[in-house]
Amino acid sequence: MTPPIIDHAAPPALPLQMPLRPAAARKRGRRLTPARIGIYAFLFTAALFFLLPLYVMIVTSLKPMEEIRAGGIFALPHAATFEPWRQAWSGVCTGAACEGIRGGFWNSVLITVPSTVITILVGAVNGYALSFWRARGANLLFGVLLIGAFVPVQVMIYPLVRVMALAGIYGSLPAIVLVHVIFGMPVMTLLFRNYYAGVPQELFQAARIDGGGFWRIFLQVMLPMSLPIIVVAGIMQVTGVWNDYILGLVFAGRDHLPMTVELNNVIMTTTGTRQYNVNMAATILTALLPLALYFVSGRWFVRGIAAGAVKG
Amino acid sequence: MKRTFARITSRMSKYIALSPMALTVIVAYVGAALWTLRISLTSSRTFPSGGYIGLAQYQRLFDNERWMLSLHNLALYGVLFIVACLAIGFLLAVFIDQRVRGEGVLRTVFLYPYAMSFVATGLVWQWLLTPGDGIDGALRAWGWHGLQLDWIVRQDMVMYTIVIATVWQASGLVMALMLAGLRGIDPDIWKAARLDGIPAWRVYAQVVLPMLWPTIATVLLLLSTAVVKLYDAVVAMTQGGPGTASEVPTKFIMDHLFLRSNVGLASAGAVVLLVPVLALLAPYAYARHRKEAT
Repeated sequence: MTPPIIDHAAPPALPLQMPLRPAAARKRGRRLTPARIGIYAFLFTAALFFLLPLYVMIVTSLKPMEEIRAGGIFALPHAATFEPWRQAWSGVCTGAACEGIRGGFWNSVLITVPSTVITILVGAVNGYALSFWRARGANLLFGVLLIGAFVPVQVMIYPLVRVMALAGIYGSLPAIVLVHVIFGMPVMTLLFRNYYAGVPQELFQAARIDGGGFWRIFLQVMLPMSLPIIVVAGIMQVTGVWNDYILGLVFAGRDHLPMTVELNNVIMTTTGTRQYNVNMAATILTALLPLALYFVSGRWFVRGIAAGAVKG
Repeated sequence: MKRTFARITSRMSKYIALSPMALTVIVAYVGAALWTLRISLTSSRTFPSGGYIGLAQYQRLFDNERWMLSLHNLALYGVLFIVACLAIGFLLAVFIDQRVRGEGVLRTVFLYPYAMSFVATGLVWQWLLTPGDGIDGALRAWGWHGLQLDWIVRQDMVMYTIVIATVWQASGLVMALMLAGLRGIDPDIWKAARLDGIPAWRVYAQVVLPMLWPTIATVLLLLSTAVVKLYDAVVAMTQGGPGTASEVPTKFIMDHLFLRSNVGLASAGAVVLLVPVLALLAPYAYARHRKEAT
């Protein structure tokens, strides 16, 4: 148990506690001083607190109900069963129908795919136009757009409902996609604007001199070099749309309720004894896609948060 | 001739390209907000109507016990949520920054709740805090009979359960942003502090923390707007209950818009919510404007 002096997990350029004398530092680094033990104890305890809900969710979803009542919330399952998962996916009642939350899953897919593709495209065009083209009033619009990202949707929701009802699309797939495009636009625009701000103006000027127009430069020069930010934007937008509850509840209509709304219906419409195991299986199923995206993409996910939050 | 033509289409193109953004801002943001303001000055019930009644809805709103309770709950929640997120996030970032082993794993563990929806978060914590079957039962099975973890069904404690669940969800984000801030601090400061024999905790408190101000300001803005937007977690965890003990303003607005057909009152509530958000954003907009002007 001797921790190495240089931690390879951390970027080597950023050691914060620079040792003065190498010999003393080596001693410090090797020995588990009480202070080091304290640091690890704190981090370990914190990690347990953060992992506890995930652990409880998983073990609860694998136990029969009798075992949950008898064995306590933290006990490992004796006879692990996937029956609650099957129930949650295709048997449990969500409101009137009892077909599980698979319908909600497919609705969420139907909502998320166009909402992500369209919002990223609009965000990329916005960012490109804001960074390279001088359009009157564009920066003022962008400023108001960013403010809109911080305003609670309750401020805009009722007029939007009325307008969509007038247009005859309220409570449909196009309505919910449109609303996601509207409320996803600030962050997506910000991401692309910041990304294109790092692209040298000379590159753009050269393309202009070669006779490239607005769309040609966008499609042939900018878009091909935007892959990293498209990935980041995709992760953020998929997570955001998938996890949305309130917009889906209001705008999607009964036939296209997303998975989060269906999940909440499952838990609220339970009659009689609460099926904690089925509830937890349904919760895991709903959280699975963003969690998988997070565990697979790790650093990209963090980069998206940082790019979207800090540089604002 | 051809060149000028290309120039004109190019000029047209940029405005066409920006038209979705313009429509979004002018119609869906500003237009919708102004319409809400307009409705809040009328006696609208199920549908918007023209009956102008001045500020009467606002008077009704602030005479409404449920609205006042919602505001009170939000204030209590906001203070606790922000303080807890900042404290936990900062501590985690500082401790992770001590060149510990397994930094990547720890960061992943602290941030994964942020990938979960508020609905899923609320439902998990509802189950964990269920009296009898949840943690409460486990504590009793281990022989701790004195402690009763029934906060979620107690009117005076229920807001704290929402704080716990949402802090669990959001403090990893604070940790990630703070850690990025810490890594951006000049290592020479630590060298200088060592030379002067200043203990590490004092360097953190008196030198590093002030230097992290821009990061803290960003975090504060994100957390406080999250406070005003609090809705999903409450709906999933308590549905505003027990009784009305965990009602929040966003839920008050949604209930009056879609369940109680009192659009006028709900719109007044929405306008009231808009005020603190704009007040929070004003200093940022000002700083941004000055930065761009210079």
